[in-house]
Amino acid sequence: MSTLLFERSLPRFAAARIASSFGSGRGAGVGPLRLIDYDAPSLPGDGWVHIDPLLSGICGSDLATLDGRSSRYFEEIVSFPFVPGHEVVGLMSDDGVGADGQALSAGTRVVLQPVLGCAARGIVPPCAACAAGHVGNCGHLAFGHIRPGLQTGFCADTGGGWSTSGLVAHSSQLFAVPEGLSDADAVTVEPVACAVHAVLGAGIRDGDVVAVLGAGTLGLTVTAALTHLAATGRRPSPRAVLVGAKYSHQQRLAREFGATEALPPHQLPRAVRRNSHSLSFGGASGETVTLSGGADVVLDCVGSAQSISQSLAMVRPRGTVALVGMPGKVTVDLAPLWHREVRLAGAYAYGTESVPATEAGAKKGAAKSKAAQPAEVATPTFDLAFEVVAAHGTGSLVSATYPLARFEEAVAHAGAAGRRGSVKIAFDIRKGHTR
Amino acid sequence: MSRRPGFVLEVDKSTPPTLFWDGEGFTLETLPEGSRVIYAPEPMKALDDPYGAIRHALLNPLGDRDPLPALLFAGMKLTICFDDISLPLPPMESPDIRQMVIETVLDMAADAGVDDVMLVAALALHRRMTEDELRHALGNRVYDAFAPHGLLTQHDAEDPENLLFLGQTDEGEDIEINKRAATSDLLVYVNINLVAMDGGHKSVATGLASYRSLRHHHNPHTMTHSKSFMDAPKSELHSSNWRMGRFIADAGVKIFQIETTLNTDTFPPSFSFLQKREWEWNLRDRASYAASSAALGKVPPRMARQIFHSIKSPHAMTSVQAGEVEAVHAVTTENVWAQQGVDVTGQTDIMTLGLPYICPYNVNSIMNPILVACLGLGYFFNLYRGKPLVREGGVLILRHPTRPEFHPGHHPSYIDFYEQVLTQTVDPVRIHKEFEESFATDPWYIHLYRTGHAYHGVHPFYMWYWCAHALEHLGRVIIVGGDPVAVRRLGFSPASSMNDALEIASDVVGPSPTLTHLHAPPIMMADVH
Repeated sequence: MSTLLFERSLPRFAAARIASSFGSGRGAGVGPLRLIDYDAPSLPGDGWVHIDPLLSGICGSDLATLDGRSSRYFEEIVSFPFVPGHEVVGLMSDDGVGADGQALSAGTRVVLQPVLGCAARGIVPPCAACAAGHVGNCGHLAFGHIRPGLQTGFCADTGGGWSTSGLVAHSSQLFAVPEGLSDADAVTVEPVACAVHAVLGAGIRDGDVVAVLGAGTLGLTVTAALTHLAATGRRPSPRAVLVGAKYSHQQRLAREFGATEALPPHQLPRAVRRNSHSLSFGGASGETVTLSGGADVVLDCVGSAQSISQSLAMVRPRGTVALVGMPGKVTVDLAPLWHREVRLAGAYAYGTESVPATEAGAKKGAAKSKAAQPAEVATPTFDLAFEVVAAHGTGSLVSATYPLARFEEAVAHAGAAGRRGSVKIAFDIRKGHTR
Repeated sequence: MSRRPGFVLEVDKSTPPTLFWDGEGFTLETLPEGSRVIYAPEPMKALDDPYGAIRHALLNPLGDRDPLPALLFAGMKLTICFDDISLPLPPMESPDIRQMVIETVLDMAADAGVDDVMLVAALALHRRMTEDELRHALGNRVYDAFAPHGLLTQHDAEDPENLLFLGQTDEGEDIEINKRAATSDLLVYVNINLVAMDGGHKSVATGLASYRSLRHHHNPHTMTHSKSFMDAPKSELHSSNWRMGRFIADAGVKIFQIETTLNTDTFPPSFSFLQKREWEWNLRDRASYAASSAALGKVPPRMARQIFHSIKSPHAMTSVQAGEVEAVHAVTTENVWAQQGVDVTGQTDIMTLGLPYICPYNVNSIMNPILVACLGLGYFFNLYRGKPLVREGGVLILRHPTRPEFHPGHHPSYIDFYEQVLTQTVDPVRIHKEFEESFATDPWYIHLYRTGHAYHGVHPFYMWYWCAHALEHLGRVIIVGGDPVAVRRLGFSPASSMNDALEIASDVVGPSPTLTHLHAPPIMMADVH
């Protein structure tokens, strides 16, 4: 049984960082990641089951880790050595219970909600965030009966998706995959859940101009989530969804997912200006530099200094910039944030969302509450993500899969996905899939 | 020696390669045997005494108009409007026709004791002219006498304080024009008729109008039904302007129209080979071509652009007529055709054009891809009377670099049109329906139009609408040597060479098509029988 294991090794960290300076994803071969024989982790306690991964994605945070560019902030909530891979669709090896409390038999296909919150850690009573269903904000990520780790894929006790020997998962992490969704669809549920959470937390109102900066997996799934949630009445409908997408295939996909306009990132401020009917200043030549008005909400799905700066330049006074892509240590001029009273918000992971009920649920809620507004119901982010995946076929974003043995190629491909006309790269761990 | 008329050459084995403009440069192409090359008529003789001719025209008006001095009186309000930077092309050597005409009008006004005189550049939705451009058009004497006192203005189509709504035509067309002009005792309009579509009622009804008025004739429907713009009776654009012009006259606006025509002496002596027939090139012409081609090939496009835009054309005035608008314009149009008309028998499967560095909307600026499309499909394609030179379903092959470059100060909305509209559709009807209003009413474009030197936000739409007739008529448009991404963005096919273009065209017109090259500029118009 083989596993990609990430070990703590300062020389290899340094080598990965140097290698990644030649391009994202180049650090895999020289960094702390090794392909080794490795036994499946043992079950940490009651409520845990073994999972045999089928597909496991490579995400931006994985790349940052492999390239040695991840923030040192995470050091205390990661334990070594760990098996990466938190975007996982797999088969249960044991009978168990899902996050919704329903019994699941061995062989059930599940996706992993990878955050290791209080329930997984056996902490009773749970922290306030977990008690409220906001597992992504768990305050106990370094405590409990498993070692620190913000998610499966960053914890020494759980294993991760990049392994043929399997991983262990707590019942609070398990979501059965509905019939009709392919493995490729299912492996995108986790990033789609991030997108859903970001969209629902951004404070978008009817008629808003929303800018999405970046059109990798996150940017595209955010676009799909915006479209689906508005179409199903879960959240207000923006007047315009403008997506900054560097590559032509990203622009095409963004339009397919419902973007009003998808255009190169350097053109995005111009589109925001036009759609928000704002004035612009910053150059006698007429170039857009800083908008006087701007987008009501900017969803930054990149997380670089450049993207944050551009987001602050595009957002209207008192608007919101949501950081959806994982940022690191960046240098940004915050004068526009201060002057324009911009709200800069993080958007991490998922948990439970309060959304208007579906049509049937709304009638039921209204009857109970006698309120004019449809009743809001607490809904797991993953349930909403399944809807988005089904509605938009986000499995089409999985551009290529690799066996674990070709991990260097896989990671390099993921690091250059945009340039190579791809979006999501995943490991294919299904038996018989060796290419 | 008498002037030679236009000429249609049939290419044979002995025919030397044909000159094609290629933006800020040119090249020689060997066209297939049997191809036709249409050459412009040689320049007509310039008027010996232009000031005298102007004076004569003002004193002997056409149509139902008194001589200009009889219309001038002390205490009156006189407004003199004039064509803007878009005419003539290239800008002419000093003195500009506008200067000569306006100086003469002002002399007569002074003789009559007229004090309240204002000059207005008839911009429509074009960019405001710079001081240098105004000085060149009007001369320093006129500029210095008027500009410092605020008496030289540029029409502002977004200034509600200086627009006057006159009413609607029977067709429901709103008429809103410059208030100063509309409320003057006399509006003198000074026109330069570079081509047959210039002038007439279009001068006031378009040049002094607002978007509210212009949208009635600058739209895909009108443009598609204008066949061609050079043939006013067959141009819906002109029909609309004529309705408006007559309404304006009936509303009591008294217009004294002055129209002028130019000869085709387009380039200075150093570039005279550009307006010669290739087999008549002498040693100096060949040397000039070789030297200029080599030099232009080595300098960056920006420098080549500066070189070309510094060219002042020697073209000279061939006629001037004044008086009532329609009477004047009838004579003007005849004079334009006398200079530019070339008889051509039969249409062609493929029409080829070499597009130059300049069009009406990039004087001292950059020819962006939208303007390339407009110059090729909107203007050169329409240089015909009778039938289009190329048959319906035929192919138009253009030669131009078509770089995706824009002047951010002059063409801000063009950038957004290129990036945000053409990426979604190239269909003029859909563009008109889905995007026009938001660009036309955009406060930033309006701000730049009013305070900077930007074309109005809606202007790129009009450029695209100018292409509508050709887009409907043609089976394919190919651009040789153009930036492939930009060419595809326009909805056209890129080709790396003329041979490649002909290969691509064969999919549409078959393997043995007829081909006709319009050897312009100098400007000519094909009278297709």
